[in-house]
Amino acid sequence: MTEATTATPSPVATTAPPKPRQTRMRDVILYPLLAVFTALILGGILILVTDRAVVQAWLNFFDDPMAALRATGHSLSTAYGAMFEGSLNFGGILRGIGAALRGEGTQELAVALVPLAESLTQAVPYIFAGLAVAFAFQGGLFNIGGEGQMLVGALCSVYIGFKVTGLPWYVHLPLAMFAGIAGGAIWAAIVGVLKAYTGAHEVINTIMMNWIAISLSTWLLKVGGPMARPDVPVTPPVLETAWIPRLFDTPGNRFHAGFFLALFTVWLIWWILYKSTLGFQIRMVGANARAAKYSGVNVKRLWIAVMAISGALAGTAGMVQTLGVDRWVGVGFSSGMGFDAIALALLGKNHPVGVLLAALLFGTLKNGATRMQSVAQIPVDIITIVIALVIVFIAAPEIIRWLYRLRQPVAKEGPVFSKGWGS
Amino acid sequence: MTPVLELRNITKRFPGVLANDHINLTLEEGEIHALLGENGAGKSTLMNILYGLYHPDEGEIYIRGQRTQINGPTDAIRQGIGMVHQHFMLVPVLTVTENVMLGNESVKGLVLDRKAVAARIREISQRHGLEVDPDVRVEDLSVGVRQRVEIIKVLYRNANILILDEPTAVLTPQEADDLFEILRSLRSQGVSIIFISHKLREVLALADRVTVIRRGRVVGETPTKDANQAMLAEMMVGRRVALTVQKPPAKPGEVVLAFKNLKVLDNLMHLAVNGASLEVRAGEIVGVAGVQGNGQTELVEALTGLRPVQDGTITIAGKDVTNASPRVITECGVAHIPEDRQEDGLVLPFPIHDNLVINTFYHPPFANGWVVNHEAIRQQAERLVQEFDVRTPSAAVPVATLSGGNQQKVIVAREMSRPIKLLIANQPTRGLDVGSIEYIHRRILEKRDQGVAVLLVSAELDEIMGLADRIAVMFKGKFTAVVDADEVSKEQVGLMMAGSSLEEALAHAPKPVSKEREIVT
Repeated sequence: MTEATTATPSPVATTAPPKPRQTRMRDVILYPLLAVFTALILGGILILVTDRAVVQAWLNFFDDPMAALRATGHSLSTAYGAMFEGSLNFGGILRGIGAALRGEGTQELAVALVPLAESLTQAVPYIFAGLAVAFAFQGGLFNIGGEGQMLVGALCSVYIGFKVTGLPWYVHLPLAMFAGIAGGAIWAAIVGVLKAYTGAHEVINTIMMNWIAISLSTWLLKVGGPMARPDVPVTPPVLETAWIPRLFDTPGNRFHAGFFLALFTVWLIWWILYKSTLGFQIRMVGANARAAKYSGVNVKRLWIAVMAISGALAGTAGMVQTLGVDRWVGVGFSSGMGFDAIALALLGKNHPVGVLLAALLFGTLKNGATRMQSVAQIPVDIITIVIALVIVFIAAPEIIRWLYRLRQPVAKEGPVFSKGWGS
Repeated sequence: MTPVLELRNITKRFPGVLANDHINLTLEEGEIHALLGENGAGKSTLMNILYGLYHPDEGEIYIRGQRTQINGPTDAIRQGIGMVHQHFMLVPVLTVTENVMLGNESVKGLVLDRKAVAARIREISQRHGLEVDPDVRVEDLSVGVRQRVEIIKVLYRNANILILDEPTAVLTPQEADDLFEILRSLRSQGVSIIFISHKLREVLALADRVTVIRRGRVVGETPTKDANQAMLAEMMVGRRVALTVQKPPAKPGEVVLAFKNLKVLDNLMHLAVNGASLEVRAGEIVGVAGVQGNGQTELVEALTGLRPVQDGTITIAGKDVTNASPRVITECGVAHIPEDRQEDGLVLPFPIHDNLVINTFYHPPFANGWVVNHEAIRQQAERLVQEFDVRTPSAAVPVATLSGGNQQKVIVAREMSRPIKLLIANQPTRGLDVGSIEYIHRRILEKRDQGVAVLLVSAELDEIMGLADRIAVMFKGKFTAVVDADEVSKEQVGLMMAGSSLEEALAHAPKPVSKEREIVT
């Protein structure tokens, strides 16, 4: 023996304790922030190269370098200025507060609040739809059917909203809300049942159910169809007794109580996932369905429950939008929101609070894009690209790490995002 | 003579971990050199450096006296280093020939020259006794033969340094013996072999020299003829290890588990368990011996409610639990150490403390109705991590970050810390190092002595021989014999595992000679 074999523990090679919380913080907060920031910069470049005045000024850079820089600054500040003014309008709000403090009345403040209120209003359905996808992901299911579930939810709510008459609002509104929630839940639960008892993959079936919902709505809403008006392909308006109340009477301010329902639901979903025995089982099934089965969880029943809850959330997204904002449904109602929801879940790392923040971001960007288009003549598509870039950076954190020279985290925790494609 | 391969002062750091600390290793021409160490000692890191998958932070590699750098697997092969991984890198739907060609295709014009390759495979397999048919699809081959294909793949690329990473982990005892013959034959033809293992007996039987590493450092190097099991075990673990289990005679009580004429299908809808019957009493360990794939997996899954029973009955503690759900069976007081700990036994991304309650989370004090009591779960974890000696910086880290042995201890802690009547342990020590094996065996015996009925399924015959009070030999879905452990020898059980009847086995093989029970690997 060449060396003594006494049992002196080696002083080296003590495994470093991984710091889950720290990894979480950078995963959940730092990366998304950097992703948004980078996407806005790239979006800015895109705005510049598509702005003829800026390009012209740069072509003449050697004659008049200052003009080129001026044009650049002008173009960017107009575009992003319009966007922030149209979505947040913090400057206007401050001026409004000032005016109110000077005793000039609250009228200016009320008007200044409209853009922010509209951003929040637009975020509401995103919050629910994002929660729907994130919740299903936590249970290991990939719900691409948000689109169809939203549509069914909206149709059910609106139907109760205009068909049932003579009820006081405190009966009619809850009834219409419940109809939307239940409609979405049942639409998704069908997929859960199919997966549990036939093994049919939920990705395929949610896509199929989307098409069924869309075709169904086209039939229901065609001119003179069962749910449509005789002259136009939309439903009759929802009766006032089934409206989700709007909270401001300033013209153009559509902010409604559904926002608070959304905040409550974020808390509720967080509580279910992390504090309840149901959530423990859902996350267990999501992380390792075989181990869940081994430990006595009824995986099939759980799949159905997860799909039903996920569908209920998506149905709620359709419900709040129709009862709170639109107050009727037409063909092409959700226009891709159910798919944006997948991006929201990705952006929010499947955590309810993350989804909330991502939805607020989406609402703000989409709302700002409208103003950007009208003021700076920049197509809304730029914002679509910015959002797409955000998603790319979140999906491939490697890019962000490389750009900002961040070190690779040592221990990876949490379920893999693409889990839904597995067995 | 210059050594074929020399590693000098190889150091590799990972964030927070010194995986290899100034490791020196010398491989002589035509020798089998064993690299022995516990899981997580740094063996795999070292071999990945040698195979070019990692770059060392410090240190030099010499091949035949020439200093060299290895920049990746292709480069390693070019320099004559071939590796056979523990998990095979074969494409099941391709033939042996096609698998061997993959990544190194010989072409005649635009067409693959399968014939020439097949001829060379035949030549290689004849020269080294590696029997294999080049035209058979890999998916139709047994595990042992697949491993031969891996070796042929490496030899086909003219490797003269062969690294085998835990090659026997997936083999039956007979297949392992065949492998050893092949390796000896390769050695006699001048191939130098690094044999990675944590099984002492294999190392002593096969290797010429052994280097033991512990926590990233070389703790000793010695010719195997000067070594013995106790000494190697102590070097490897860093403390004295009991290689034999002190086992007082069993005091069997009432029947706890009984199943009759059990029939169970496997995933391919074949009858994997075909009329098996057995009784296990309180306070005894019944060992199920058998070559893997004779229905043990399906049997255990049926007993624990994970797989439907086609025919027959199962009773546990007097209650009929045929086709009952896993939860009902757990509630009967059954503990189950599953065969595949990462797939079935653990939720890898979950922290240790949650993994300790995955089948009890709905009971007080871990839950009040619908509300999970995380505080109670954490407190229990603190206690169990201490009591079951799980080596971890904290109970809050994901269980995925633990070594295999510590992961298994988490399962053992979960299953043995609640009141149980029956313990079903399937391959409880597979892939574990001596220290962990010793520990888990002691815990199983402890449970037996407390009056728990134990059904132990293991492919390690030594484990069965050492722990079981009665042995049930499983062959093609049936029990061919159920005998007292003292009445048969290891060889006799081995014969029955291969299909002999009890009478044949008793007549032919050596009788049990020693009562001493040696159970470590």
